Amino acid sequence: MSKSLDFYQLEKKIVELKEQIDQIQLSEEQGKKEKVAGLKLEIEKEWAKIAPKLTPTQIVQIARHPKRPYCLDYVNALMQDFMEMHGDRRFADDTAVVSGLAFYKGQTVAVVGQQKGRTTRERIERNFGEPNPEGYRKALRIMKTAEKFGFPIITLIDTPGAYPGIGAEERGQAEAIANNLKVISTMGVPIVCVIIGEGGSGGALAIGVGDTIMMLENSFYSVISPEGCAAILWKDQNAVEQAAQNMKIRAQDLLDLGVIDKIIPEPPGGAHIDCEQTFKNVDKHLNQALKKLEQKPVQELLEERYQKFRKMGIVLEK
Amino acid sequence: MNDNLWTRCNSCQRILYKADILENLSVCPACSFHFRISASERLAMLFDDGQFEVFDHAILPVDFLKFVDTQKYSQRLGDNQKKTSLPEATVNAVGTMGGIKVVISAMDFAFMGGSMGSVVGEKITRAAERAVREKTPLIIVSCSGGARMQEGALSLMQLIKTSAALARLEEAKLPFISVITDPTTGGTTASYAMLGDINIAEPNALIGFAGPRVIEQTIKEKLPKGFQRSEFLLKHGMLDDVMQRKNLRAYIIRALRLFLNRPQ
Repeated sequence: MSKSLDFYQLEKKIVELKEQIDQIQLSEEQGKKEKVAGLKLEIEKEWAKIAPKLTPTQIVQIARHPKRPYCLDYVNALMQDFMEMHGDRRFADDTAVVSGLAFYKGQTVAVVGQQKGRTTRERIERNFGEPNPEGYRKALRIMKTAEKFGFPIITLIDTPGAYPGIGAEERGQAEAIANNLKVISTMGVPIVCVIIGEGGSGGALAIGVGDTIMMLENSFYSVISPEGCAAILWKDQNAVEQAAQNMKIRAQDLLDLGVIDKIIPEPPGGAHIDCEQTFKNVDKHLNQALKKLEQKPVQELLEERYQKFRKMGIVLEK
Repeated sequence: MNDNLWTRCNSCQRILYKADILENLSVCPACSFHFRISASERLAMLFDDGQFEVFDHAILPVDFLKFVDTQKYSQRLGDNQKKTSLPEATVNAVGTMGGIKVVISAMDFAFMGGSMGSVVGEKITRAAERAVREKTPLIIVSCSGGARMQEGALSLMQLIKTSAALARLEEAKLPFISVITDPTTGGTTASYAMLGDINIAEPNALIGFAGPRVIEQTIKEKLPKGFQRSEFLLKHGMLDDVMQRKNLRAYIIRALRLFLNRPQ
């Protein structure tokens, strides 16, 4: 299998068109609306040529796109009065995880997510969105607070994975993730999880237990990164495409496997080409999912959550 | 040298008479190195008189992704089944320890590195559910490289499934003893292995979330000596104790009696 083209090459024309749109919108010229609509149509046409042929590694590149909206972008766009809550009360405040309370559709919710940085400095500050154990413990603390006050929980997942470091191991990265899985599985409030970018293995899963699991169209969710899989199984960094292909990491694959409940569509060109539209799409599905869950009695909610994951897996029983 | 009779210790490199090692619970008589053992040896070692009843045995893996790396997954499965005479990487059994009825799931590293796919997740979950149903304690002996890549995200979901089952065991107030053996990493540590009411490990077992090579590549530093070994985890508060294999059974029985409030 040959190495697939870089997505950044593929999207060049779309990015140009988008820049034209941005310029027009800043200008005072007449007939702005029509011009923008025309350009949007061109983006759509261009995307229709690219989209069907995207390989899994190109999807991975979209999910990791440096312009893709991150956790806090959604929080700022969709929620009001976000009050960030810091620290795990045990060791530190992990900046790779943001968490807190906010108003969503006129009611308090807890929101938890991994946060990546935009500039080099921010990226380092956010540890590239790779949480340490204290990040997961902070997330759990805020989720427990939500449960106590009966607030629904929204998690926004976007991480390459839990951070592999000496300190992370010393402080129990595995225990932090395991404990989250166990405790969150019995939390008596509705939980909606949205994979907005990278769903990197256990590091994503630690805030991925919920009643409704949704994925943005061009995000991915995987047991190991395609690079990691290629290194272990193929012992060859050129096998990333095969690894990604074989593991079935795209939203549609995961919907087919029953791992997720819904795919949230992205605008033509990907989430970063039209962030406003992306926010609208996420808003719509998030709201629908929460409304549905809020009607359920707690016992039913918990039983359904247990059965949801209980059913996952394919075995042959003789 | 007759390979059937003699072997070399992985640690002290001494040439040893195989029968002597087996006699010694597969621990090197010279240096106490703990050899990896099969699930059936483990179960025989733990249960009273080596007697137990295996259950949920006929649950078989499926190559539903048609996964092909350097070999087809279906082929790998067949090879591993032949090699180990096991259908999958964990064996569920019920029996007694010190006269107390217990459910044990023992993992076998020889089967695809003890990796957790749908079957392992299902069997661990059923072991926990059976313990709840029959009101018995649960023991899981972990020995696993983590989630199985060849079953993709469904392997990952087994972490949630097993952890949720353990939450139900906890709600039923039944003890769960996690026995961690060399090696236990990745998704297995990030789910049931770390969730015991007590977590204990055999000496010098490699236990961690990320593999040492991945960490080394990430931080671009040499790892400290003893990093991610049982004694290191004990020191950092992740384990209740480190137990020699020869003391494991007695330790577990004592723990069970304490948890169940059954003085002798």
